[in-house]
Amino acid sequence: MPYAVETRDLTRVFAGKKKRRLRRKPTPNADENHLGPVTALDGVSLQIREGELFGLLGPNGAGKTTLIKILATLLLPTSGQALVAGHDVTKDPFPIRQRINMVSGGETSGYGLLTARENIWMFSQFYGVPSKVSKERIDELMHIFGLWDKRDAKVRMLSTGQRQKMNMIRGFVTDPDILFLDEPTLGLDVNAARVIREYVMNWVRGQSGKTVLLTSHYMAEADQMCDRIAIIDKGRILACDTPSNLKRMIRTETTFQLEVDTIPDTTSFMGLRGVKNFSHKNDISKNRSHLTFILEDEGPVAEILSSITSQGAKVHSLQKSETTLEDVFISMVGRGLD
Amino acid sequence: MSASTARRTDLRYRIGLNLHAVVGRSYPRIIGANREPSWIFFEALLPLLGIAAYVFVYQAFGSRALDAIMTSTASAPWGICGDHACLDAAEQALERAKALANTNALIASVVLGGTMVAFWLNVLWSMASQLYWEKEIGNLQLYMMAPMNRMALLGGMAVGGMVMTSMRAVSTLVAGILVFGVVFQVADPLLLLAVFFTALVALYGLGMMFASLYLLWGREAWNLSALMEEPIFFSSGFYFPIGGLYNMPGGWGRAVAIIGAFVPATFGLDALRQLTLGRTAFGGTIWIFDVQTELYILLLMAVVFLILARYSLAYLETLAKREGKLTSRHQ
Repeated sequence: MPYAVETRDLTRVFAGKKKRRLRRKPTPNADENHLGPVTALDGVSLQIREGELFGLLGPNGAGKTTLIKILATLLLPTSGQALVAGHDVTKDPFPIRQRINMVSGGETSGYGLLTARENIWMFSQFYGVPSKVSKERIDELMHIFGLWDKRDAKVRMLSTGQRQKMNMIRGFVTDPDILFLDEPTLGLDVNAARVIREYVMNWVRGQSGKTVLLTSHYMAEADQMCDRIAIIDKGRILACDTPSNLKRMIRTETTFQLEVDTIPDTTSFMGLRGVKNFSHKNDISKNRSHLTFILEDEGPVAEILSSITSQGAKVHSLQKSETTLEDVFISMVGRGLD
Repeated sequence: MSASTARRTDLRYRIGLNLHAVVGRSYPRIIGANREPSWIFFEALLPLLGIAAYVFVYQAFGSRALDAIMTSTASAPWGICGDHACLDAAEQALERAKALANTNALIASVVLGGTMVAFWLNVLWSMASQLYWEKEIGNLQLYMMAPMNRMALLGGMAVGGMVMTSMRAVSTLVAGILVFGVVFQVADPLLLLAVFFTALVALYGLGMMFASLYLLWGREAWNLSALMEEPIFFSSGFYFPIGGLYNMPGGWGRAVAIIGAFVPATFGLDALRQLTLGRTAFGGTIWIFDVQTELYILLLMAVVFLILARYSLAYLETLAKREGKLTSRHQ
């Protein structure tokens, strides 16, 4: 089966930047005046099959956007190779550009003086889409995405959600074979996000030869949408498989979720025997902490409870949960996405 | 990829693709920019005020010259004709007509220069620094990801800029004619159009070249654009015939005019003034070259700037992709 996207040992290093200093005099230590090179991608090897909805999960700065930018021919790799639709992104970008499109969450592209319809039409012209075809597609997509009422509204008058729907239509109007979606539902309300998710899934599965590479912060979204998921952290791929296989990988482990009074010290938990990984979120308004433990077995639960109560905190709930993608993520990365 | 999604790459397809791209990119400038009626105030009426300052100065000079010609004294009963007393009424009338023609030619030069200012400002702020702004708002990465030729992108910006600015320039020109009563005498309209369009292509070619360079310079480009406003107005002779500067004694005027000659507006304006005021205006001694020569120079500039724009953009795009500068950090 041909690969829509293939990367081989892909590495991208960003050069260091000079630190901005208020004092003019440089410090004697030259290293302190520079921020060193940053390795955004470190030997990434991936294969995404044609017709696949592939997810890339990782915390901020993991290298997701860097990877997408390389695949979209916007950034050159430092070393390694990236092939999109069988063409090398460095040597042969033209046939790639004909086949791809990209939509990022929170994108502010377009011109405020043009209407939503005109903006999308303008971008379609850069792909040579005949004007009549473009306008028909735009109208159809505007109906699907619920933007028809705003078709003649100037872009600067659109809300964030409406603007993101417009961006999504821009991505689909050129009928790409491979679509890169970088956090496409970021900051959207539940309904807008649902419309986008459903359309993307139908678009990939309803026709042959369409591929999506999706990055997301939302684990449930990735779990629901993606055929396969790669977990990336610090520029390295930690795991790559179907969501169910990923969950199976840690099924031998046990996940416990606790709601407790906010506790000052959580560092001691990782030292407990049998605790494989741990994450916590604080709910300041309720003065509560939500703790998630990945345990080898149920053995350490008693010790965890005693550690919490010894800090004077009260346990409000304790729940053994089904393995989720978030548990997989915590198990591999050692922290949650937030 | 599957056969159903095979894409074309032939020459005909590429030409069509790039024509679509030019039309697409020019659209926001031609249609979008005219949606705000405020442009009439800012870009047609305000420039008229700038022109008015020069017009009033030239009118004052003209009035003084006329006063000298028409004032009769005991030693010069027919007034002063240049450096001597007029011999008779016929010489006085001739001198008066010459003074009126020169005043009209000066005012017409200012009005023409004022319309050309619109193009120069458009080149500086909407061509040269445009790619930088496109990067800031997130459009640049979408442009660079598209299969169109990069020259189609710049070409679309240039065509849009030319059409949009022509509307503004024509309104300034018409207002100048109506308000200041300037008279133009166009003997060869075809040559006039040829010079005008060649000058525009050369000017926007320069803008396209700057656009590529600005891509790398980022915010510093703003300062460079600001630096190239007033000094170029002076060195290219936007508000006076550049030959006046070129013929200044001492050589400094010539040096400034030669520097200004790298901007196509210099030869463009000189040729346009010759074609609309007549080669004999200002005594026929103030022009740099004849129109034909200036047209050839403009043609050469157009070709050179377009080629330089093409290669500098390709080079800087690769450099920006290597250094990760095609997108802002937050995008």
